[in-house]
Amino acid sequence: MSLHTRSLAELAAGLAAKEFSAVELARHFIARIDAANEGLNAFLTVTTERALADAARADAARAAGRAGPLTGLPVAHKDIFCTDGIRTSCGSRMLDGFIAPYDATVVERLQAAGTVLLGKTNMDEFAMGSSNENSYYGPVRNPWDRGKVPGGSSGGSAAAVAARLVPAATGTDTGGSIRQPAALVGVSGIKPTYGRVSRYGMIAFASSLDQAGVLAPSAADCALLLGAMAGFDPRDSTSVDVPVPDYVAELEAPLRGKRIGVLKEFFAEGLEGPTGALVEAAIALLREQGAEIVEVSCPNLPLSVPTYYVVAPAECSSNLSRFDGVRFGHRCKEPRDLMDLYKRSRGEGFGAEVKRRIMTGTYVLSAGYYDAYYLKAQKVRSLITADFRRAFETVDLLVGPTSPTPAFAIGAKVDDPITMYLNDIYTIGANLAGLPAMSVPCGFVGALPVGLQLIGPHFGESRLLAAAHAYQRETDFHRRLPAAYA
Amino acid sequence: MSLTRRDVEGIAHLARLEITEGELPVYVDSLSKILSFVEQLNAAQTASVEPMAHPLEGEIQRLRADVVSESDRHEKYQANAPLVAGALYVVPKVIE
Repeated sequence: MSLHTRSLAELAAGLAAKEFSAVELARHFIARIDAANEGLNAFLTVTTERALADAARADAARAAGRAGPLTGLPVAHKDIFCTDGIRTSCGSRMLDGFIAPYDATVVERLQAAGTVLLGKTNMDEFAMGSSNENSYYGPVRNPWDRGKVPGGSSGGSAAAVAARLVPAATGTDTGGSIRQPAALVGVSGIKPTYGRVSRYGMIAFASSLDQAGVLAPSAADCALLLGAMAGFDPRDSTSVDVPVPDYVAELEAPLRGKRIGVLKEFFAEGLEGPTGALVEAAIALLREQGAEIVEVSCPNLPLSVPTYYVVAPAECSSNLSRFDGVRFGHRCKEPRDLMDLYKRSRGEGFGAEVKRRIMTGTYVLSAGYYDAYYLKAQKVRSLITADFRRAFETVDLLVGPTSPTPAFAIGAKVDDPITMYLNDIYTIGANLAGLPAMSVPCGFVGALPVGLQLIGPHFGESRLLAAAHAYQRETDFHRRLPAAYA
Repeated sequence: MSLTRRDVEGIAHLARLEITEGELPVYVDSLSKILSFVEQLNAAQTASVEPMAHPLEGEIQRLRADVVSESDRHEKYQANAPLVAGALYVVPKVIE
């Protein structure tokens, strides 16, 4: 069995049994990145030396009897996480030369757990996008069909895991940026509860929505990594001080007797037939496994996308005001005065979609429009959150599709922002309400993967992971590899 | 909602973004579409609804004690600055 087809848990077992060393494992994946990255553009930075040093340290720790469950396992970080001494570009020209001066908490915790850093993955600029076409460094390609997008914004992490250039990678999810790419490339991805994982050192896009998570082949792999990432961090004022359960131990919780709500609003107009059929088949399998399936309605959920496209740009316009061409980031040549410095540095440093969102946000927050847009959207957000709260009074989990279609062609939606925004129609609700949600592979339309989405109540990660794990014991979609990367 | 060129120029100024002549019509069009799209929100009855303040019920942003928690690392931080002189960030002359 070759190393890259194994799950994280299987790799951990192989390392523990001294079947191979962490250095051998790192070299295996680095060779895969070297061979495949030019065609996929999934990695922006490959940290070969760092990986080999991390791996040697992991092997030494194991020899000394100090290995933990993650010691020696290779990971990659989305290039939105600050990595001390390593370029952290956020997919933007603005941060092209930015060398992070400290580690994000997520990076620090995974490092402390003994993981091996292979590199930084490509992404939509500042995590704004659903196709990874908004990266300053060019689009990421979908390993199942390189003419198709991998989804976004964590598209580099998703493609890297799908092609097994790395066994797991971090991502961030503001409106679906872990789950939608996970669905489009056929891997598992979890966005935890808002506040579950520290946002310290994670470059901010929309601070009331942003949350870090994991992309990996299986739910069990996600559980393993999430356990090491989650937990209270005094450096993030929105980090929540709630104990982290043993996600791996809780994977085996039975599905039998669980009440799962099928979200009626997710099966309306817009969902493509073949995608919907696969999701319905997956729900039927959950029923066969003993879950009770009921229909649930969240009537305000169809307003998720317009709510998001007021709230997220508003927060983005505030967060990205820090890029002023003075303290860090791109600075224009020969500014005439301070205003010229600001305007040209930002105009040159940001790409088209980022500028569009900053301007949308600036408009909705400007004098005279705040009540009509921002306040209204935050009220609708309350309604959507209340819908979910009511739903979770009667069900343990909610299910539906992750994305209305499989991966689309590169270039197909770039000219129409609204069409692009509607890719996230099923994922945004969980962000607005701060709920944990995940996507797991549930079949293929032609050669392209489709994802099943599971949404849980606040801090219901264990429930999500256990249900996904039960599903993955009966299916093998998550184990399939694109032929070119087998 | 339909924005004019002048509207978009005004927004770009507030956002401190230089928008080129070529980009301007694209933003006039797409920002108008986005604002029309979000007008769907007007259909929601929100007269008695509180705006959401935090995704988690009962949670508020935590405050911390106002104490020094980090040592001086200005050299490392300023290594990313485009222009520094004597540990100061340099900008074009502001006061004549």
